[in-house]
Amino acid sequence: MIDWLPLWLSLKLAFITMIILLVIGIPLAWQLAYSRRRWTAIAEAIISLPMVLPPSVLGFYLLLAFSPAGSFGHLLDHLFNIRLVFTFPGLIVASLFYSLPFMVNPLLAGFKNLPPHLLEASRTLGKSSWTTLRRILLPNIRASLITGAILSFAHTIGEFGVVMMIGGSIPGQTRVASVAIYDEQQSGNYSLANHYAITLLALSFAILLVVYTVNRHFSQSKSIL
Amino acid sequence: MTPDQTPTPSQPFLRFHATKMLHTAQGPQLFDLNFELPQGQTLAIYGPSGAGKTTLLRILAGLTAADTGHIRLADETWLDTHRHIDLPTQRRSIGFVFQDFALFPNLTVRGNLEYALPTKNDTPIVDELLALMELEELQHRRPTLLSGGQQQRIAIARAIARRPRLLLLDEPLSALDDEMRHKLQDYLLKIQRHFRLTTLVVSHHLPEIFRLSTNVIHLEKGRIERQGPPSEVFADKPNITFTGTIIDLTPVKDAILVRIDFAGTIIQLTIPAANAATLQPGRPVTITSTLLNPELRG
Repeated sequence: MIDWLPLWLSLKLAFITMIILLVIGIPLAWQLAYSRRRWTAIAEAIISLPMVLPPSVLGFYLLLAFSPAGSFGHLLDHLFNIRLVFTFPGLIVASLFYSLPFMVNPLLAGFKNLPPHLLEASRTLGKSSWTTLRRILLPNIRASLITGAILSFAHTIGEFGVVMMIGGSIPGQTRVASVAIYDEQQSGNYSLANHYAITLLALSFAILLVVYTVNRHFSQSKSIL
Repeated sequence: MTPDQTPTPSQPFLRFHATKMLHTAQGPQLFDLNFELPQGQTLAIYGPSGAGKTTLLRILAGLTAADTGHIRLADETWLDTHRHIDLPTQRRSIGFVFQDFALFPNLTVRGNLEYALPTKNDTPIVDELLALMELEELQHRRPTLLSGGQQQRIAIARAIARRPRLLLLDEPLSALDDEMRHKLQDYLLKIQRHFRLTTLVVSHHLPEIFRLSTNVIHLEKGRIERQGPPSEVFADKPNITFTGTIIDLTPVKDAILVRIDFAGTIIQLTIPAANAATLQPGRPVTITSTLLNPELRG
């Protein structure tokens, strides 16, 4: 019998991560797009690190950082009674790092591809940065917003190495679908592993289909408009 | 309040002084400009590319930082580098028309104008501007699909919608053909008269400068080369000078029709009566023509 809990956990993790990343990613990408300071290259490199780093490396350092034996983990534990190792909140924090580039990079590209004078035109009309962002910039990078949201969602569903390092495999807590596949395969339950695997495969395909359909739609409507 | 903050009627509306080191293709170049502009006048900025025309508008708008400078508009100090005053663009009462229009693609024509309003309840001016610029039929369309001339009218209307004290136009008509350019000059003149705007317009189109502006600054390498009414600044531009003999002078209303014999060709010119005081039939006369604005010297 297939246990739907790991799949539900994966979707929940991916959704929460996507929402938080939207909140973090928009101001971050905006800052990076319009700042001409030297540190932006360093910041962009750090944000993109999870794209090339083995997930186990990220997981390993997060484990060290979050561990109650370490100073940061100790502080969290004592001051806020928060434990990030082998817990669902810990998975969320780890996923934020892990999927950050998949949110920030599309948004950054969106901002950079906007006509340069839109921002200045809005400023000459007396509008604040917040109004400009909300009413001019964001509506004109809709395609990037949708792409960033979907890619970070999909990437979080696909994470395995980071979860293994920092979350383990606690049912209902940290045993997400990708981990469940590994567990079932290790226990010889190939048919169950296949159920999880094929569900993830279908889900990933559907998600990417949406991304490319959206991009097609927007690039076409742009050329017509 | 220090004494210099009290405006007196004799003070010019706009006072501008700014310096900035520019990094051009020809190497570093100092931008150093100082000028004044009375209220309601239109000043044209003329000069080769790289002379600092756009920089001037951008420093005025607060989009580009000056190294040192002092800008005052009526009773407001916009920039004073000595006292560390640099009013952000949002708080300078300007309308800026960009060369590439910079219309917001996500808003309709009407939406673009309404966005510019300081308060939501100011819609009468939007209707007024749409009517004035003959954009009523396009008001619910998105600007991206419209023609260059239409986009330009929207950009001008949007810049004026917030009722700025200063209108800045960066080569607003350069992308248009001559016929459209002429039509848009009509729109601009109409709107300037209607709102009594003080305007700075970057242009290197001489007919446009003569039509739109009362004064012109000729910029060359970041400095003022010449300054004055267009007819003076461009007096020696095509520099066609020839001498002839006055045949007769005929008063026409408050002007004088002058007929001149120029090597067997009869030329007729109408000049203001006041300028004809020194002219007499049978006397030689020197004609200096800028092709656009001929003047006579007796």
